[in-house]
Order: sequence, then C-alpha cells, then structure tokens
Amino acid sequence: MAAALINVPKKAKNGDVIEIKTLMSHIMETGFRHTTSGVVIPRDIITSFTCRFEGEEIFRADLFPGTAANPFISFFTVASKSGKFDFEWIGDNGFSETASASITVE
Amino acid sequence: MQRRDTSTRRRFLKLAGGTAAIGVLPAMISVSPAEATPEMMATAIRTVTGGAPVQTGKVKLDIPPLVENGNSVPMTVSVTSPMTPTDYVKSIHVFNEKNPQPNLGNFYLGPRAGRAQISTRVRLADSQKIVAIAKLSDGSFWSVSADVVVTLAACTEEVI
Repeated sequence: MAAALINVPKKAKNGDVIEIKTLMSHIMETGFRHTTSGVVIPRDIITSFTCRFEGEEIFRADLFPGTAANPFISFFTVASKSGKFDFEWIGDNGFSETASASITVE
Repeated sequence: MQRRDTSTRRRFLKLAGGTAAIGVLPAMISVSPAEATPEMMATAIRTVTGGAPVQTGKVKLDIPPLVENGNSVPMTVSVTSPMTPTDYVKSIHVFNEKNPQPNLGNFYLGPRAGRAQISTRVRLADSQKIVAIAKLSDGSFWSVSADVVVTLAACTEEVI
C-alpha cells in the first residue's frame, strides 16, 4: 500500500531551481494519547525521510510526533542533469516505503 | 437512633471522599504527559547549536498567526543564502514551547538545494512560540520566532 504522492517537474532547464513536494500516507500516532481505560496508545510515526538523486543524498529530514498525520514535505533542488529521484520514508514498527520520480533536463 | 444517623453520615462522607479521590485521578492522568517548557526548548536548541551563539535574522518563518485546527498547521521556513558550494545552509531546525516534545523537525540541505526553503505541516498542542534555527556552512546559527494562537489544539492528550 504504497501511498506516496510525489510532485517533481517532468522537465526542467539546466540550472533551474525546482520544487519537490512529497506526501506519505501515515497515521503519525504521537504516543501521547491514551484510551479511556488509561492505556497509552504506543507511538507509531515516520522518523526519517530521505531524498537521493542518482544515489546521492540531496535532502533529509528527521520527523517527530509534532509532525502532522500524512507528512507533507517540500524542498528545492537544482536541476543539473536528467536522472531519477529516490524517496525513502522510515518509521516505527519497521515502516519503510520508497518511491521514485524521473526528470529530464534540457 | 442518633448514633446510627451519625454513622450513616460518616459513611456517606467517607464514600463521597472516596468518589472525589477517584474523580481527581483521571484529571491527574490527563495532565501527566507533561508539556514541553521553554526550558526544554532551550535544551533542545542547545543540543543542536552546541552552545554556539544564535543570531537573529536571515531566517523567515511563514506560519499562520491564528490557527483554527492545531492538528495540521502549514509552515514554511526559508533562509536568505546564496546557496553556493562555499556559502550555503546546512540544516534547518524547528522547535516549539508547549507540545509534549520540543522538536518539530530537522531538515538537512546542501549546496545543491538551490534555495534554502522547506515546507511541512506540524501539530500544535497549544498557543505558543515557534522557533526556527538555521545552521550555515560557516558554522553560524541564525534564528527567528513566531507566535501562534491555536483555537483547537492538536489532540495530544485526548481520550479515545
């Protein structure tokens, strides 16, 4: 159930600064809530997000319970050559999802 | 007759006291996930800066001053930087005062980012001050803060 939404421009000119938008479907349970019987609902969040371009890390984020459910992250990069962006989300309880997007640079 | 009356009243009072104590208990539980304090935020900031001086400026924090729903608050942090291989923003850190945890996010960039700007959505458990700190490639730290009023807080302590 890869539920990632990625927005990367399909084409860009060499040297353009492009915006990359990502959204991963996830509950982001904070670990601070509890049931009526007082049992704490265990934390279940995404802790790390990484974006690599052609294997090289270009952006990384540490996430906390303070990140809203379905984490949305957007950032920028310089389009220098055609290639593939790889996205990776890692979280509690062995959560691991990947996605990728390609760009053509003219 | 008189004695029995007193004893009933005593019993009633004892019972009432017990109920009151039970009534207090859930209140205590709901308070127990202690919120972060400005001191905790200062500690979290020190962990990032290593005690280095933090200057004000260069960083811009875009967050609505009045938020209706603290469960999802859009936030954009941008830093004035040429983003060249010799002068760029290494990382952006966002902190809060009153959530259960002082950290909101750490974002690591590089000279290849082109523009030092990130956007995300955060949870805010109360009206509070948000602080964004940027670490530059020369090792200096720059910060900005913003006050946010939250009408409906994020459900950090809600019973479900």
